[in-house]
Amino acid sequence: MAKIKLKRAQPHVDMTPMVDLFSLLLTFFMLTASFRPQEAKVIDSPSSVSEKATPDKDVISVLVSNDDKVFFSMDNGKDTSAHFRNQLITKINDIYKLSLNEKDIKTFGQGSSFGMPMNKLKDFLREEDAGRKEAMQTGIPMDTVGTQYPELAIWVAYARELNPLAEVAINGDAEANYKTVKKVMDVMQNAGVNRFNLVTNLQKEEAKLEDIK
Amino acid sequence: MAEIIENTGSGKKEGGRRVPKKMGAHIDMTPMVDLMCLLITFFMLTTAFSKPKVMEITMPEKDNTEDPKDAPKVDAQRTYSILLTADDRVFWYHHGEVPEGQTFPTTINKTDFSKDGLRKILLKKNEKVFTEIFELKEKVKKGELVLEEDSLNSQIKRIKKSDKKAPIILIKADEKTKYKSIVNVVDEMAICNIANYAIVDIAPEEVALIEKAPK
Repeated sequence: MAKIKLKRAQPHVDMTPMVDLFSLLLTFFMLTASFRPQEAKVIDSPSSVSEKATPDKDVISVLVSNDDKVFFSMDNGKDTSAHFRNQLITKINDIYKLSLNEKDIKTFGQGSSFGMPMNKLKDFLREEDAGRKEAMQTGIPMDTVGTQYPELAIWVAYARELNPLAEVAINGDAEANYKTVKKVMDVMQNAGVNRFNLVTNLQKEEAKLEDIK
Repeated sequence: MAEIIENTGSGKKEGGRRVPKKMGAHIDMTPMVDLMCLLITFFMLTTAFSKPKVMEITMPEKDNTEDPKDAPKVDAQRTYSILLTADDRVFWYHHGEVPEGQTFPTTINKTDFSKDGLRKILLKKNEKVFTEIFELKEKVKKGELVLEEDSLNSQIKRIKKSDKKAPIILIKADEKTKYKSIVNVVDEMAICNIANYAIVDIAPEEVALIEKAPK
């Protein structure tokens, strides 16, 4: 009996549509991705019903982490050529004699939030190791020791002087103590800020008429 | 795999002329697909879809005058205090029920952050304004009333201002309060359409009241 030899077909999958789809998705994600600078600490924001979007530019933001450390950040403004961050650090450097060089100022200008006493800022900016850098973020001192104002007040005051349009955003962790947030608000109020933007996550919730009964 | 199909000439002699055998151009796309998968995964994971939102609050201006006569006078009948402390515990009292001649009540009421807790209390106090705004919003939703977003907001603002009996809420938090609780309470104000509220400092007498209150 003759054996029927089945011709083994080479499985040949046409990948063209897949590749097409992939290109499309890739393009989409690349275009929509908005990179946020690495913040000093991961903040788990509380949720609220507010639908107002966070302002992108002209913001002075203060981070309060769950271990009650305070970090400060400022953006370069709508017109990025203004380089508010560079101006800010140059000013602070001149007044408080931090002995930073050009390179340090540039590093600061490109950074995001930071939190350490002013005298540690130089070491922080020159540190290359990411792990040690993180360990140096001990929070901005909030107490009035030695100097007349707490350091946060100094940063806020100069930041507001440079960019009077800047709004203040407080990005507090849900588990942070209100005491610390209150201290931050007090410092801000002394600097003449009475309106705050509290950063929250959107969580829709609505009360109905029946809820009254 | 994507490939470009071409006439693979057999290479036989045509009229004595030798046609060179055309090779099927076959590009191996596997590395490209691999890379694309990787990039897509990366972008998908790093893209932040939900942009964080902000909640606006305006704090009462700090007055450095210690003179109690300068303190703004508010109608006690309209005023309620919400006291916050650790572990999401919430208390409240009505200033109108404070005995004559005293600033603080003897007991405070306990409530919680649930729908039937604080929300219900606030809605009851603010019933008139809430009902009006709710009905207005319903009308807009159903299309009975066509309003621009801006004019809707200004109407809501007007309703909020119109009620001269609407509650005034004072939010007071002690030292042990978590930030979350404050945000929760301010959020309730937004949900219940309460126009007048402020975060103010807690008095030592009120801290004592919280401590006395049942756990």
